[in-house]
Amino acid sequence: MDFDFTDEQNMVRDGISRLIREQYDFDTRRGVIASDSGWRPELWAQLAELGMLAAPFSEEDGGFGGATEAMIIMEEFGKGLAVEPFIPSVVCAGGALKHGGSSAQREEYIGGIISGEMVFAFAYAEPRGRYDLANLETTAKADGGDYVINGHKAVVIGAPWATHFVVTARTSGGQTDKDGVSVFVVAKDAQGVSTRDYATVDGRRASEVYFENVKVSGDALIGDADNGLPLIEKVVDEATAAVCAEAVGAMKVTNETTLDYSRQRKQFGTPIGSFQVLQHRMADMLMEYEQSVSMCYLATIKLDEDDATRKKNVSAAKVRIGQAARFIGQSAIQTHGGMGMTDELAVGSYFKRLSIIEGEFGSVDHHMRRHIALTAG
Amino acid sequence: MNLEFSEEEKAFRAEVREFIENNYPQDIGTRGVQDEMSREDLLAWHKILGKKGWSTPAWPTEYGGTGWTPTQRYIWGEENARKNTVMPLPFGVSMVGPVIYTFGNEEQKAEHLPGIRSGDVWWCQGYSEPGAGSDLASLKTTAVRDGDDYILNGQKTWTTLAQHADWGFFLCRTDPDAPKPQMGISFILVDMKTPGIEVRPIKLIDGGHEVNEVWLTDVRVPATNLIGEENKGWTYAKFLLAHERSGIAGVARSKRGVEQLKEIAAGEMLDGKPLIEDMGFATKISQLEIDLSALEITELRTLAGEQAGKGPGPESSLLKVKGTEIQQRLTELTLEAVGHYGTPDFRSFPDDGSNDFPIGPDYAHHAAPTYFNMRKTSIYGGSNEIQRNIITKMILGL
Repeated sequence: MDFDFTDEQNMVRDGISRLIREQYDFDTRRGVIASDSGWRPELWAQLAELGMLAAPFSEEDGGFGGATEAMIIMEEFGKGLAVEPFIPSVVCAGGALKHGGSSAQREEYIGGIISGEMVFAFAYAEPRGRYDLANLETTAKADGGDYVINGHKAVVIGAPWATHFVVTARTSGGQTDKDGVSVFVVAKDAQGVSTRDYATVDGRRASEVYFENVKVSGDALIGDADNGLPLIEKVVDEATAAVCAEAVGAMKVTNETTLDYSRQRKQFGTPIGSFQVLQHRMADMLMEYEQSVSMCYLATIKLDEDDATRKKNVSAAKVRIGQAARFIGQSAIQTHGGMGMTDELAVGSYFKRLSIIEGEFGSVDHHMRRHIALTAG
Repeated sequence: MNLEFSEEEKAFRAEVREFIENNYPQDIGTRGVQDEMSREDLLAWHKILGKKGWSTPAWPTEYGGTGWTPTQRYIWGEENARKNTVMPLPFGVSMVGPVIYTFGNEEQKAEHLPGIRSGDVWWCQGYSEPGAGSDLASLKTTAVRDGDDYILNGQKTWTTLAQHADWGFFLCRTDPDAPKPQMGISFILVDMKTPGIEVRPIKLIDGGHEVNEVWLTDVRVPATNLIGEENKGWTYAKFLLAHERSGIAGVARSKRGVEQLKEIAAGEMLDGKPLIEDMGFATKISQLEIDLSALEITELRTLAGEQAGKGPGPESSLLKVKGTEIQQRLTELTLEAVGHYGTPDFRSFPDDGSNDFPIGPDYAHHAAPTYFNMRKTSIYGGSNEIQRNIITKMILGL
């Protein structure tokens, strides 16, 4: 039993941490998210150059690591509130391809992701599907050797920056059947793909993505037709663990910022950090953070185990971290008082990101239900 | 990162499991709640472990410790929790023992350590007073030097299981004029048979007799019973409290408690379905399990740090707060789960010498008393409010 990282993993952390520290200060971020593009393609190229986009892939796919590397990177992303699409492109699309892709697909697309030339978004959610990955109105009808895709995907994070999508669609069965789900690669410039782009409340960019009679060849299918759900569940669990790591990084900075503020801000002639009621709140914030670190490790370590073990631990982590994210975010705003409500201080941006993470890849209630289903009885 | 135990650790677990299977006195575990047990019952396993050399696993080997790593000690705790063994009481093993071997002189070590290891000598702790709980430094019990003796006067309270104790370790004020209250306190060992000591039971809300008042009237104690230096007792007391808090998380016992809770909830019915299938109750159980997972990994992270040479620091306060909150919630949910049969007071049934209570399922009989009793966990060992103060000062630096 050990909680140490390997030398290579420590190098990944040093690399990503330095980049975020040097190039992602809060004012720079503010400028980036307000810009037309909303992200920094040049930083993405730098990430590729540093090998960060290869970090979660195995050696045979041109990478050198796995889930722990993704965790390390996302923790640092969380500290800097980086908006670049590491989870959609590398963890989600990359994950679908590495677990389900043919060797030709892996070579082409994972190669493109690692080099940064291809940027993927993960079009899995639908307007009426909530967190049910099998609840799909989007269809892909077999047409000779091809498929014709029709549907509407909701809040596809990073879609405005994407060159490609990984898309889930129903190839058979009823709307919520577990069988009949398939997964495809679709180029964004394919005939019939359209998007409505917008900013998100936490500073990222997303799109509603529409597929209207989009014709793709049989080569676009990832894995087996009709049996895509287990693949998608695994990918979403890996993304959930990664977003938990991002939350842990964001919580760490939120706590530090709050602690600093409580030392400086004076009320009634004394720093507010001397008030016991605020001290105990910050002690609770620290405990919530430490429990979240533990659950993030647990979820990451269990990703490669059998399905039930993986799901149970990922859900446990998402419940615990979702609750901690809410407690820490809200407590940080409350402790900052009126200043916490201003757009000027970073704490508001951390609060907003943490609040959105609560619902990403499944809310506390959703994961609680899944945990119950896996453990009760 | 790797949560797997090594081959050596797995072999150790097997050895421990086999030893417990073959040696734990079978009749103890079924006799009811711990505060109903006799002194002999409470010491039986301790004495067996003493002969095996396993009663004081955390002590340095030169004083009879096992040399086990923190992980091995964790495994030891888990395996005992699995069988719900009655573990050696902490007052000798975890509290005064380490103070004696760390700060005591050679005579004191030779006189007291063997009895703690073997389980022949029962210790109690004389810390709290009616006016000095969390604010322990304001204690008033005095020890006045008179020739070769100290004369002790005052009143201690919450003295756990003092009714069985052979010896006690007491904090007494030796310098009432010290500039700070912490500076005039001494740590003194007292033979509980000394004239002038009166132990009076305190009945608690769970109906049991677990704690006592200890009245000291002109109790004459040899000055050689002083640990370390006069007026430096606060240092030794703080050392002891840090020891007391480590291992207080109770993860293994709580895991077992969750399993029992699930068994109860699977048997109890609500609207014609097992209670465990009710989303409201199932959510509470899952929440408890999830929080317990987080605590377990946090404890393992602390152990890993300890194994790497970082001693138990202020993070033990985190383990105490979270561990006791979980222990309390577990007893709350168990009482909730048993429904009607949490209400009868099983102590009110005539004692016919058997364990066959006339009504309700067995698991319901202790649900309410255990819930009442476990409220103590967020109060003792430094209240959870005090633990938050420690985190604030030691970790956050406020």
